[in-house]
Amino acid sequence: MTKQFLLSLISGVFIGGAAGYIGALMLQKRMALAAGPLGHLALPGVALALVYGFNTSLGAFSFILLGIFLIWLLELKTNLPTEALTAIVFSSGVAIGFLFLPIEQAEAALVGNITSISWQETFITVLLCIVVVVITKVIFSKMMLINVSEDLAKIEGINIKKYNLVYLVLIAIVVALGVKLVGALLTAALVAIPTATARNLSNSNKLYKILSLVFGVLAPIIGLIIFKFTNLSAGILIIISSAVLFLISMFIKKKYE
Amino acid sequence: MSNVLEVKNLIVKFDNEKVINNLSFKINKGEFLTIVGPNGSGKTVLLRSLLGLISQYEGEINWDKKVKIGYLPQSLTHLKVKDMPLTVKEFLCLKNINDDKIAELLKLVGLNNDILKKLIGNLSGGQFQRMLMVWALANEPNVLLFDEPTTGVDMGGEKTIYDLLYKIWEEKKITIILITHDLNIVYKYSTDVLCVSKNNICHSSPKEVLLPEMLEEIYDMPIKFYKHNH
Repeated sequence: MTKQFLLSLISGVFIGGAAGYIGALMLQKRMALAAGPLGHLALPGVALALVYGFNTSLGAFSFILLGIFLIWLLELKTNLPTEALTAIVFSSGVAIGFLFLPIEQAEAALVGNITSISWQETFITVLLCIVVVVITKVIFSKMMLINVSEDLAKIEGINIKKYNLVYLVLIAIVVALGVKLVGALLTAALVAIPTATARNLSNSNKLYKILSLVFGVLAPIIGLIIFKFTNLSAGILIIISSAVLFLISMFIKKKYE
Repeated sequence: MSNVLEVKNLIVKFDNEKVINNLSFKINKGEFLTIVGPNGSGKTVLLRSLLGLISQYEGEINWDKKVKIGYLPQSLTHLKVKDMPLTVKEFLCLKNINDDKIAELLKLVGLNNDILKKLIGNLSGGQFQRMLMVWALANEPNVLLFDEPTTGVDMGGEKTIYDLLYKIWEEKKITIILITHDLNIVYKYSTDVLCVSKNNICHSSPKEVLLPEMLEEIYDMPIKFYKHNH
């Protein structure tokens, strides 16, 4: 096992796990697809990062925050539904992204470049993922209550706006890191598929949380091992592995019933 | 008797339209108050303002300092949480209710302990409302607010839910504020009625409110209430 492969594996496992874990809340809020537009928003940031040679996740993160801010601002100024505003902002993001994106480096932006991650990047990735998982764990039960009923949560004295803001920032971090792992176009799969797989196999919230994390971790491991033997794109292999795990869970679920 | 709540000149507006216009009333300790009125008359808005869920209003809402509120929202039904991987036990633990209390309250609302392992989305409408009642009763409230607690419950189940409410009211000697469309409940259980409608606001006893002239004024159409003698 080469050092480069090990670094990819470590960061893959951490990003996948964090994305699966926070995805468990996104699926409940019916926000699983929101990671898609957010990843697309990151595209201009990734493009700039590639042109000027800085970290793609950093570029992605700043543009995701900018995008969220724009959606929030448009929501205040217009009466249009959030979905419509998200569509406007994220498609503009993609268009602007392609305007800057150097075509010979497009692959890194579109399907990720985890297999060339440096040890410094790995270190920061691991650190950020731990932060995301820990904070998600802290806010999880409150977020669950908000998902069940905002009224009940308010009566219990939960500051919904504050929790949603923390939650949104965590998602922005995960999506920005996910761009490195599977590219800007596929980040939704990182949060949506492992949690859907976990949902198929759980009969309690506790199991659901654990399985979301486990399947989030498993997909990059399987994907990167296949990459080692085939040299196909790692990002694509990770998503396909995740999808295959989901299919298997469907069969197991059938057996359960 | 002391007041648990005093509302003075309450006005709630949405987009400059007055949903509640200058409403004043008091609720005594131990009352079983039903709030009636046609759809869109502001019953739910009133309850939400009382709970502090709507913060923009004019006038005064003064709760007694010793009041502890339990609440069952109208919008929450078993259908809304259909696909949530959350068991009854896990749901109740979101409120930090300890095991003994859970067991005691399950018994009170007529649920079996086995239900704790079930997913909340797989409960029947009636079971779900009873579970919410456990939630509402957990912190030993002395005032309970219910907004149509039989939403999502079938016809047979409705009666048992209201019977249960009445039992809790009797046993715990608490104050209940209930929104309902069921005039039978108003007649059978409530000690006081508050009617909210465009042309009339009244606060009196069920017998007076349920007179045909009065009902016609509240609902703006002829409605006759037939007393069922069970």
